[in-house]
Amino acid sequence: MATRRQFIRISTVSAGAVMAGMAGFRLLASELTEGQKATMAALNKRTPTYCEVCFWKCAGWVYKNDQGAIQKITGNAEDMNCNGRFCPRGTGGVGMYYDEDRLKTPLIRTEERGKQSFREATWDEAFDYISEKIKKLSADYGPECIALFTHGSGGKYFTTLLKALGSPHVAAPSYAQCRGPREVAFQATFGQTLDSPEPLDIRDTKCLVLIGSHLGENMHNGQVQEMSDAIDKGATIITVDPRYSTAAGKSKYWLPIKPATDLALLLAWINVIINEELYDKAYVEKYTYGFEYLKEHVKDMTPEWAYGVTTIDPTVIRETAREMSNAAPAVIVHPGRHVTWYGDDTQRLRAVAILNALLGSWGRRGGFYRAESAALPEPTHPPYPVPKRTWRTEFPDLYKLADVVLANGVCDASVPDPSRNCKFHGWIVNGSNLIETLPNRANTLRAIEALELLVVIDTMPMEITGYADVILPECTYLERYDEIRTGPHRKPQIALRMPAAEPMYNTKPAFWMARELAKRLGVIDYFPFETLEEQLDWQLKDLGSSLEEMKKVGVKTFDRPNDDLFFTPGEEVEFFTGTGKIELYSTLLADGGFDPMPRYTKHPEPPEGFYRLNYGRAPMHTFGRTSNNPNLTDLMDENSVWVNPRVAKEWGLSTGQYVYLENQDGKRSEFPIKVRVTERIRWDSVYMVHGFGHAQKKMRRCYGKGASDASLITNVMLDPIMGGTGMRGNFVTFITDLVKEEVAS
Amino acid sequence: MRYAMAVDTKKCVGCSDCVVACQTENDVPIGYCRDWVVEVMDGTYPQLEIELRSERCNQCENSPCVRCCPTGSSHFAEGGIVLVKASKCIGCGACIASCPYDARYFHPKGYVDKCTFCIHRVKEGMQPSCVAVCPTKCMYFGDLDDPHSDVSVVLRKRKSKTLIPEAGTKPQLYFLI
Repeated sequence: MATRRQFIRISTVSAGAVMAGMAGFRLLASELTEGQKATMAALNKRTPTYCEVCFWKCAGWVYKNDQGAIQKITGNAEDMNCNGRFCPRGTGGVGMYYDEDRLKTPLIRTEERGKQSFREATWDEAFDYISEKIKKLSADYGPECIALFTHGSGGKYFTTLLKALGSPHVAAPSYAQCRGPREVAFQATFGQTLDSPEPLDIRDTKCLVLIGSHLGENMHNGQVQEMSDAIDKGATIITVDPRYSTAAGKSKYWLPIKPATDLALLLAWINVIINEELYDKAYVEKYTYGFEYLKEHVKDMTPEWAYGVTTIDPTVIRETAREMSNAAPAVIVHPGRHVTWYGDDTQRLRAVAILNALLGSWGRRGGFYRAESAALPEPTHPPYPVPKRTWRTEFPDLYKLADVVLANGVCDASVPDPSRNCKFHGWIVNGSNLIETLPNRANTLRAIEALELLVVIDTMPMEITGYADVILPECTYLERYDEIRTGPHRKPQIALRMPAAEPMYNTKPAFWMARELAKRLGVIDYFPFETLEEQLDWQLKDLGSSLEEMKKVGVKTFDRPNDDLFFTPGEEVEFFTGTGKIELYSTLLADGGFDPMPRYTKHPEPPEGFYRLNYGRAPMHTFGRTSNNPNLTDLMDENSVWVNPRVAKEWGLSTGQYVYLENQDGKRSEFPIKVRVTERIRWDSVYMVHGFGHAQKKMRRCYGKGASDASLITNVMLDPIMGGTGMRGNFVTFITDLVKEEVAS
Repeated sequence: MRYAMAVDTKKCVGCSDCVVACQTENDVPIGYCRDWVVEVMDGTYPQLEIELRSERCNQCENSPCVRCCPTGSSHFAEGGIVLVKASKCIGCGACIASCPYDARYFHPKGYVDKCTFCIHRVKEGMQPSCVAVCPTKCMYFGDLDDPHSDVSVVLRKRKSKTLIPEAGTKPQLYFLI
């Protein structure tokens, strides 16, 4: 077979290539660099934090140099999320602090001669503006017409503010645009959600099945570390991915599946495990409900049937099912995280959950453990007013199992529609760039246009800030206190974030902003502590610690109340499902009028000349929020579109060439993207890393670099069960006759 | 004492944490690096193989850079680590040209810079910053003269290779394969 060899230097420019004209200087500075001196300096110069570059929230230490400036961040060895090792984004978190493009002062939208622009404002002006608007909206439509979209720590305080005002509408795109289907599926099966970090005992697993997880490229720190431990111990890794992911490169089995057919493979695995009696009989007998229904349900879903759907060899399907069974119960069929793909995602994740149940991995070493969190008292305040209506009134029969407010639901309900009594008039958006986060951008913009108030709280000028009426610049996580991180993990553990430096520019912590607004809106009673420091100290003392102690240790671990990390043999376990058992047949779904057991349905395929748009993560970036971080941009400053050589030949594409992408609805990428011709991708799909192609010129480092997958996601496949927005039903083609320079100008 | 490092290509995920940790530890300016990650891919879909490895100065025993340095700025320090004394460097670039691994660069302050195995940390009993930060724990560092050091143990247990052995530089950076 012909071999194609590809060599890529992933990070940073080639060292030797940066030179010219530098010769002949003598170094006058001392020989130790600032960073080296910081390492040598006394440890008492470090301050504890937990990371905010992604949602994993690893605890670490911030070090300053001799000049008192933040120099570097490293992991806290006691922290169970990171074990003393930060990921590249956490290590590069310093760049978030030093980014000169940060939001620097409150801004208020002005309109002069038809031109929209912002003026710098004082905090008082900004708060007065917002509170006047909120008062008016509450009077006109009721407080329920205000919605909060949030991601990250600051959301907590704005949530309190919103609820105090009488609105229940707190939406997080991390649900219906990310892991919601998984949570509903695991709730339906095991009676509990997985949350974050997921309780996966990867370090002791003997078989890790990755289907819809590109661990290693998504840098979920603790899991990447444990995958590495598992590799050391000789665990079998089975990766299902149409793309040869990094994890596929570490796997004994890579199943290069045809995109959009994962559910068929999962059902075939269930078929083999039942037919060959590979399941954990005692476990299934004792803990599960509906085995006979399931057996009947999957009886025709053979590997041969799945072969026709997935293109995966039936012998490989059988072999991998046996590998799982041999390892059971120390086996994990990974539940993934961003799982909103095709609109039947809850059902696909149900199949994942069922597979784990048959293998008996839930509650077992090397499978899923029982997580514990530390419990902190909440500040006492008056009860929240009872809302008079909720978002559900807009969607009476839809998304019955959505247990949180849907970000896309609020967005849809904000769009003026003659058939709908529009219910939302004010949005508060915290750390969530809805333009890139929500699919179907045109719809999002229609909603925004109709709003009477849009407040954005962020550290960076993202796309969404351009649409705001008021922008509140938050200081970065390195410059503020936040709530205590409480878990969950194998043991209850708490972590402290405290400021390592005074806020740069005229920026402020979210707690202070929410409290100042609460003062003006007459709900200050809901913020009984004047400062977060006082609140934290009060909460920590309840746990037998104190702010003073936590400043020294950063992280504190407690014993589990019971020695019950895993089920003990024969243990009686009550599951929080309708039957009290693990439900292979879901009574919850059946009651809701949905398929009680997952069923494969065929999804649309790309038309001639189009390729399915798949997207994912790079380990050095978090969504689109790190794209301008100077340290992380240095590792990767634009995305590329991965194209199989067969496709490249057909189109005459070569690596490094820039093309535009255009989707099935004629939506073209705003910027061109660099082609990467690689054997690592199937011929029926293309792949790109999410988070690039920023159109916000105020982010000078990343503006116009690469293309945004989100902008090409106009076809959204809604999950009828919980309202998740399936985003992988979009197909793109190449526009090759426009060069980059034309557009950049 | 002979310091060496081994990088496990079976565990490295190419995340480049080693690069940014080195930059913040050693004040390597943005746009430059002392270590970097390489991806080598072989085969045609779906018969593929990939190797990821974190590379840096190979701390060669037979170092062309030390040999060709006209001022003695490039020198061997304890444990065989090759260092650049910045105050003696005239920036002539001979060492950069001589290095088969492309491991050196001109620091904008006017001297040649490269990986030091974080000797300042090692002296204090710490691991080099890339080794300490790596989320996959794919790097092993230590003294080859000590049979119990991490690097000695792992090199005994596992198959390894060095880069461009035909250059005859006797590199002390090993890759576990």
